[in-house]
Amino acid sequence: MSIILAIALGMLICAAALVLVRVALGPTNLDRALSLDVLIVIVTGIIATQILRTDDPGPLPIMVVFSLTGFVGSVSVARFMARKQDDA
Amino acid sequence: MSWQEICDLAGGISLLLGSTIALVGAIGLARLPDIFGRMHAATKPQTLGLLLILVGLALNVRTWASVATLFIVVGAQALTAPVTAHMLGRASYRTGASEDDLLHHDELGEDYRRMTEQQATGDEA
Repeated sequence: MSIILAIALGMLICAAALVLVRVALGPTNLDRALSLDVLIVIVTGIIATQILRTDDPGPLPIMVVFSLTGFVGSVSVARFMARKQDDA
Repeated sequence: MSWQEICDLAGGISLLLGSTIALVGAIGLARLPDIFGRMHAATKPQTLGLLLILVGLALNVRTWASVATLFIVVGAQALTAPVTAHMLGRASYRTGASEDDLLHHDELGEDYRRMTEQQATGDEA
């Protein structure tokens, strides 16, 4: 069982690394906002695997906070990135 | 194999499946050339991956409190991912992300042109 959790955690960490590559490479800031939103989903998955590895359901509410604030962040970036076009 | 062990095993397998799907989504996000393509990779596999991970977590932590919070997380993620992608797509289209030749057919551009022409004719009349 712990092997399955270790493999899952390794895969999620590789996914987070790939997303960080896209954050670094992303040509526009909107790509970065999108990939940071994906990073937050992956970190939520990492928290879930950590909860199982340590058998401590303490950080469960953190995942709710993560999924909501991630959404607010990228939507506000999208809203203010488009502002230049609206005023022009 | 009591039903607890079966539940644990099923939870572990679905958690593994969820993390593989999240990894596939991240690979898609890193490799796809255009932000419109990346939106596909950023929303669908991530939401399904997170759903499977949380189902695995719910199968292992078998308390009603945790299942309730996991419902909130999955519901929030499933509702907000399309809105985020829509807002980002709209902003990136308006700030000129579609000029390169990746788009074969640009219906939104034609609507914009028709809209501006109508405004022009409307102002003259």
